[in-house]
This record gives sequence, structure tokens and C-alpha cells, in this order.
Amino acid sequence: MANNLLDLTIIVLIYLALIIYVGYVAWRRTKSADDYMVAGRATHPFIMALSYGATFISTAAIVGFGGVAGVYGMGLLWLTFLNILVGIFIAFVFFGKRTRKIGHNLKALTFPELLSRRFNSKFIQYFSGAVIFLGMPLYASVVLIGMARFVETTLSINYNIALVALAIIVSVYVIFGGIRGVMYTDALQGTIMFIGMIILLGATYWILGGVTGGNQALTNLIHVVPAQSTAVAAATGFTGWTSMPSLGSPFWWTLVSTLILGVGIGVLSQPQLAVRFMTVKSNRELNRAVLIGGIFIFMMTGTAFIVGALSNVYFFNTIGKIAIQVVGGNADNIIPAFISAAMPVWFAYLFMITLLSAAMSTLSAQFHVQGTSLGHDIYETVSGKKGRASVLMARLGIVVAVIIAVILGFTLPPNIIAVGTAMWFSLAAAAFLSMYAFALFWKRSTKAGVISGLVIGTVVSVFWIVFEFTTSAEALGISKALTGKSVLITTAPWPTVDSIVIALPIAFVITIVVSLLTKPPSKEHIEKCFSGVK
Amino acid sequence: MVLGINDPWVWGAYIGSILAMLLCVVYGIINWNKGGEDEEGEIKEEMNWHKKEKEMEKKELGIWDEEG
Repeated sequence: MANNLLDLTIIVLIYLALIIYVGYVAWRRTKSADDYMVAGRATHPFIMALSYGATFISTAAIVGFGGVAGVYGMGLLWLTFLNILVGIFIAFVFFGKRTRKIGHNLKALTFPELLSRRFNSKFIQYFSGAVIFLGMPLYASVVLIGMARFVETTLSINYNIALVALAIIVSVYVIFGGIRGVMYTDALQGTIMFIGMIILLGATYWILGGVTGGNQALTNLIHVVPAQSTAVAAATGFTGWTSMPSLGSPFWWTLVSTLILGVGIGVLSQPQLAVRFMTVKSNRELNRAVLIGGIFIFMMTGTAFIVGALSNVYFFNTIGKIAIQVVGGNADNIIPAFISAAMPVWFAYLFMITLLSAAMSTLSAQFHVQGTSLGHDIYETVSGKKGRASVLMARLGIVVAVIIAVILGFTLPPNIIAVGTAMWFSLAAAAFLSMYAFALFWKRSTKAGVISGLVIGTVVSVFWIVFEFTTSAEALGISKALTGKSVLITTAPWPTVDSIVIALPIAFVITIVVSLLTKPPSKEHIEKCFSGVK
Repeated sequence: MVLGINDPWVWGAYIGSILAMLLCVVYGIINWNKGGEDEEGEIKEEMNWHKKEKEMEKKELGIWDEEG
């Protein structure tokens, strides 16, 4: 134990020293704006891609979705596929380039501001700000939970204490260094994450007898484990860890609509990610970032999902149980339990640093976006006041966001990380994606059209989350209190269909129809927005 | 059976993820030097945006991270 403590102390100290050193170098090299532009040029695509990747991939993706893969199996790799194809390729090549140019043309600083200026509507800015400020705490909270679960398992510390301690560490980081995601430290965090995940993937396959051997063992596992271990899951459509669930079963709908589509598509309209496109200098940086980002995301989510699924083989071979049995039914604990059991202690500590990196880079961006939503997008737009009062509001916003995240961390049920993430991504997609996509690609879209899509998408999504989607409706209990039924329509598959499947198409159709029925925007405005867009 | 997995819908995701990654790599290599032609104009535009952003941060968040 004394040795372990020494290992831990050494690893944490090296980590902190690195972060401080990189922060210092970045600070030294960027005294003036000119220096920033010149010095930043050589390293920028690397920094940009890793910083985007580190913000995108959090503990929620690694611990939460990795744990989910332990339950749902490798079918979850469709999410990795979408993360790379949509979250990196389409996001950078198509959305990123236009976001950058139009954002600069309109001098927009936040995501809601970009949309509001593109359509000349203050309503868009404060309504979007409100959706972000009210919806994002759930996401921030599950990122914290992911980290706390890992610390709980690795260091045998009480979960509640871990949660509060981590919230304090992250707050200090956000307030004193990372508030605008100082990109250099983000990139360092990304590098640490990358190394940690490569080792994890390699070691796991090595322990289980290679790629084909390990996968084969997982394929065979369903025939080996006692039927009662998987009876509950099998009754809802589970067929094994390397086969898709029965088409149309509740298990299938959760995997495909909530976990894969919700997050896979929802990533396009994440405010904290979209704003990063406006920070790069030219399309060249985005082109280069595609290369680095593609590899990074593959290593992050691919590793998490493959290892999560394979943990079943490891646990069954060593203690005769499948992963979800080992952790007493809470999938959030599968990845932490696997690493504690299968990897050497030093790696568990290194991985803890990996997760701390992942959590800090995501949380700092989340808290920052929530702060600017309240200060810049809501308060300033509604009151018209700038300066001191809006500083206070933004800071207040950050404090409130942290407090809400911690309170949710205490009260949310087990198995929440992946579902909570997916709920926020679905909501953000329903609210913003049609408006954002049309803002960039359809000059004929009108203010009335996108506002209709924004409001109706948000309302439908929230309604579905509160009254129809079983997982969220039961956790919230509002439907039960108001109508006496936990969900309104009980006929399958509706209670297991994610809100994104319903709300996103509705938002798109409404936006198109209303746009076509209303007067097109002025030519001058469109020219101003799209100046220089190829 | 591919890579020890029977279901084509699952090994398809496994291989598809690798192919998607390769798409990003190939795209990045082909376009490594493209899109930076109007460097000076872009730098000016970026500086403008960056300055605005810093102003917002200073004014609204009360921070000053010396980045520019």
C-alpha cells in the first residue's frame, strides 16, 4: 500500500508539473496577439484537433459508454463509426469551414450569437442560451460522475467524497487556468488520453489472446455463460456481445436510437465544439485536424467500446461472472472494475490521470459555455447591458453550473452516464441542428422558419423526455405525478425510442415548410454572411 | 466470420470505424497544404475575431489570460 501511494504521488506530481510547464510555455510564447498568430502556426492543427478531441471525448464517453459496451457489446462500435464520420469528417470538412467563415463575417463569439446574427434575431440568442444553460448541467454532471466512479474504485474512496473533491479540483482548474480552454493544456490532456488508451487496448487484447482470439472468445461467451446471467437482457432482445440485438426490440431501440444516433448525430450541434471552429486560422488547419482527429477519436471511443465489451471475457475467465454481475448492476462501474482487476496498479493510476484529463478538458469547456450563455447570450441580450453586470452574471453562471452538476452527481441513479450524455446530445440536436445546418447551407432559410424549428424541436424533445421515453420519464417522475402513468403511450417500441428520432425530423420539416412560406432574407444580409464562403 | 465476429452488422461497425479513420487520414494527407492560400487575409480576419473574443472575456468574464 505504501508503495502504491508512492507510485500514485509520483504520477500525480509528474502530471501536475507537465500541465504547469505547458501552461507556462504557452503563456510565455503568446505575450501578444502577433506572437500568438505566428508562434501558433506550426503547431496549430495538432493543438486544434487534440483540443477538439479532448473536449469532445470525456469521462462520459470512456467510462459511461465503455460500460454500456460491456452490456450491449460491440454493436456500439457504430457509435465510433459515426463519431469519426460525422463528429470529425463531416463536422470539420463541411460544418467547420463554413462555421469559421460565417462566424468571422458576423463577428460572432458564441454559438447562440452565430445563429442569432445569421438570422437577425435576438430571440434565437437568448432562447438558445437558455436551452444550453438549463440542459447542459446534466451532461456536466455525468462527466463528473464518470470520474468519481473511477476514483471510488481505484483508490477505494467514498463516492460522495470523490465527487466533491473532483468538483473542487476542476473548479480551481477552470477558474485559474482553463476557462477559455487554454488550448495547449487541452492538447497535453489529449496526448495523455491517447497514450493511456493505446496501452489499454493493446494490453487487453494481449491478455485475451490477440484481436481475433479475444473477439472469438467474446463471440463464444454467449454459449458458455449460464442462461440465467443474461436472461433479463435476452428477454428484451439481447443476443450476444458480438451480434446486434433483435431488430425492433427494446434493447435494439436503446442501442440504436439513444446511444448510437443520439450521440453520433447530436455531436454536430454541440455549442462547446462548434465554437472551436471559429478559433482556427484557415481551412488548412481544419484539413490537417481531420487527420489527427480521426485517429484520436478512433483510439478513444474504439478502445473504450472494445475493452468494455471484452471485459466480459476477462471477468468470466477469472471469476466466472459477466461484467454487469461483477459491478452489481451498475454499468458505470464496469471500466473502473476491469482496470482495477486486469491492469497493474501503476496503470490504474495512469488511467486515472487520463480520465482526469478527459474530465477537465470537457468540463472546462462546458462550464465556460454555460457561463457565457447566462452572461453574454441571455443577460446581455435581454437587458442590453454590458460590462460589470454581465461579468457577474457569467461568473454566477459558472458557479451555479458547478453546484448543479455536483447536486445531480449525488442524486442521479446508477447507469446514468451514457443515458444522461445521450439525453443532452438529443436535446441539443433537436433544438439546434436544423437551424445550424440551414444557417450554413441553405440561404433561403428564414428567421421565422428556423425559430419555428428551434422552438418546436425543443418542445417536442423535452415533452418526449418527460412524458414518453421510459428511462428519463421514470427518473424524473413528472409524467407519473401529472397523469398517473409513467409514460403516455405504452405500446412498443415508443417508450424505448429516443427523442432524437421524433424531434429532429419534425424540427427539420417545420423549418423547411415555414421558411418556404415566409419572405426570403434580404440579399445584402446573405451576401454579408456568406462573403468568402466557397 | 471476420476478426472473430459472426454478425456482419457488428464486424461491419468494427471495420467501418477503421475505414472511417483511414478516410480522415487520407483526406488530411491530400489536403495537408490546401486551404491556406489567402494566409495574410485569414490572419487579419482571425486577429480581429480573436481581439473581439478577448474583449468579451475581459468584459464579461473578467479574465485576462494573456493569450493575446
